[in-house]
Amino acid sequence: MSLTAIRAAGLSKQYFVPGARPRSDSIRDEAVDRVKALLGRGGSRDSADLFWALRDVSFDVNAGDVVGVVGRNGSGKSTLLKILSRITEPTEGTADIHGRVGSLLEVGTGFDRELTGRENIYLSGAILGMRRAETRRKFDEIVAFAEVERFIDTPVKRYSSGMFLRLAFAVAAHLESEILLLDEVLAVGDANFQRKCLGKMEEVAGVGRTVLFVSHNLGAISRFCRTCIWLDRGVLKAYGPAADVVGTYLSRTGGTQDVGVLVFPDDDTAPGSEYIRLLGARIVNHRDEITTAPDARYPFHVDIEYRILRKSSGLRIGVTLLGRDGTPLLATKDLDVLPEDLERAPGRYVSRCEFPGELLNTGQFFVSIGSDTPMQQSHFFLDRALRLTLEHVGGVGGHTADGRVGLIRMRMNWQMSSVP
Amino acid sequence: MRSDVTHIAPSRAWAGIALSPVWHSRELFAFLCWRSIKVRYKQAAIGVGWVVLQPLLTMLVFTVIFGKLAQLPSDNVPYPVFAFSALVPWTFFSQALSRGGTSLVTDASLLTKVYFPRVLIPLASCTTPLVDFVLSLVILLGLMAWYGIAPTWHVVFAPVFVLLLWLTALACSLWFAPLNVRYRDVGHALPFVTQIWMYGSPVLYSAAMIPERWRTLYSLNPVGGALEGFRWALLGTAPPSPGTVATSAALVLIALAAGSVYFRRQERNFADIV
Repeated sequence: MSLTAIRAAGLSKQYFVPGARPRSDSIRDEAVDRVKALLGRGGSRDSADLFWALRDVSFDVNAGDVVGVVGRNGSGKSTLLKILSRITEPTEGTADIHGRVGSLLEVGTGFDRELTGRENIYLSGAILGMRRAETRRKFDEIVAFAEVERFIDTPVKRYSSGMFLRLAFAVAAHLESEILLLDEVLAVGDANFQRKCLGKMEEVAGVGRTVLFVSHNLGAISRFCRTCIWLDRGVLKAYGPAADVVGTYLSRTGGTQDVGVLVFPDDDTAPGSEYIRLLGARIVNHRDEITTAPDARYPFHVDIEYRILRKSSGLRIGVTLLGRDGTPLLATKDLDVLPEDLERAPGRYVSRCEFPGELLNTGQFFVSIGSDTPMQQSHFFLDRALRLTLEHVGGVGGHTADGRVGLIRMRMNWQMSSVP
Repeated sequence: MRSDVTHIAPSRAWAGIALSPVWHSRELFAFLCWRSIKVRYKQAAIGVGWVVLQPLLTMLVFTVIFGKLAQLPSDNVPYPVFAFSALVPWTFFSQALSRGGTSLVTDASLLTKVYFPRVLIPLASCTTPLVDFVLSLVILLGLMAWYGIAPTWHVVFAPVFVLLLWLTALACSLWFAPLNVRYRDVGHALPFVTQIWMYGSPVLYSAAMIPERWRTLYSLNPVGGALEGFRWALLGTAPPSPGTVATSAALVLIALAAGSVYFRRQERNFADIV
């Protein structure tokens, strides 16, 4: 079955952006601008203020595909989804959409904050063009998925952000739409819910619905998407099998990510040797969320996922922590604490290195990852593979919120005694 | 599971609002109406009471100032009934105008997150004051009974004039709501415009007081004809001239058609600038 679900041809979107000149927000400003334009002193629309958020983007998506969309911030990912969901019009180009479109753009969808969860479910249904009876049939499923049974008659303005997102996702995923557009749904919510979302997305695609999925979570994209679109400054850089596109995207963007995750396809292009192949690495905070910005007060982990291809002993996995300027702060290897002649049988593994809380000061750090067998072979080494930013959360020990100099913010032992 | 194909393309410059998607979304329209009614009264202590209290108190003030002190003529009807019979439809109109005119900005969160025919928002905002209207109409009938005035058979024409008011408010909203998205000045100007408009309409005085040479200009206000007509239908006062009503209707239809084109031209940018 390869019916086309979305056919985009030359989609472009030009924005008039407050760049060099502030936008006129009142009639008075605009009037002044118009007069200036008439007098030939700077048109009201300088070309410097025009900016292409999307430029000549064309692609076809088959029905039932799960398509990832990757790119740096500001590369046009959200604009693309907004055009496909008809929230904004393209400046040029066309798109044909076969079927109803459900969307979850940014956090918080088209909910009315004053209405209850129940009412918002019906509102979303009505927006999709569903009859009340149709929505009613899906109602229980939505509520159960979102786990908001107890609060279903509470206005959503009183929901926690987690509940809000769960309900929004549940509504988008369960209501009858042939095409589902999701923007950064995995950016919030706990790991448990993220797993649930991904599971639901797979299920949705399994019944022939099409999913377009914008995420910075490259791990999720390469696992769940068949194909992937890479946008760079509004231009379509690549569109193809997800593993390939994510791989190229990572290699072209220098490995250092704005995200706390690094993913490689499980094939010969992944870093490694005849013994080991790197599959990915990620930073995980104390709440088990993949992040670039762990809370400095709590422990966080660096997970390294790899495949052992051949039985090996003495192979080490290592992590090096560097300061913002590249100064190495510490290097640690798993065999520091595991037996020196540890044997690894072929298979898939995750090695987790835990960094204690209250150790690093707030600010930016880099993590390099590598693997070697001492005195014999270096299997791989990725300099500054991940970037992390420890967040400012108050002072050392939590008493005062003053910032401290230095890369380390340990709680030291202090004693005081009175001198006779 | 495949349904219709949606074609997305930059819109043509001179198109009006397509009506078939609007008709298709009638259930959403009903929901939006119901929502604004609910949200409006939910957190008010006396809830629906406001609907009745507002025009009633205004009527009292008008009666004292214009009926008693200024001794304005009231077409041989007791002044309170005279004033209230125009205040009720006027309040409907001004509510529809002020809510319709600011509706897109009020619902910005919907505009930027989901798609549906945008015109539903001003349409619903202009329509929901009908609920208030019906409630205060009951009070008006009560007031008429109190003064022993029975409606004449002309009352069957009353809905026509209400329709005219509704269309006028809608036509204005199609202009004001998109303007307000771009320039918030409109939101500030609207209450003032409404106030001036009221003094330019036969609410607290009779249209018969307008000097002959100003009549033509005066009759260009579609609200004037509608209020006069409504009062005539209920109380049997002097009817508006058929010419005035026809002019009003024609003006409103032109404004509506132009507004529809303007709205269509602006709606593609709503989500980007709101």
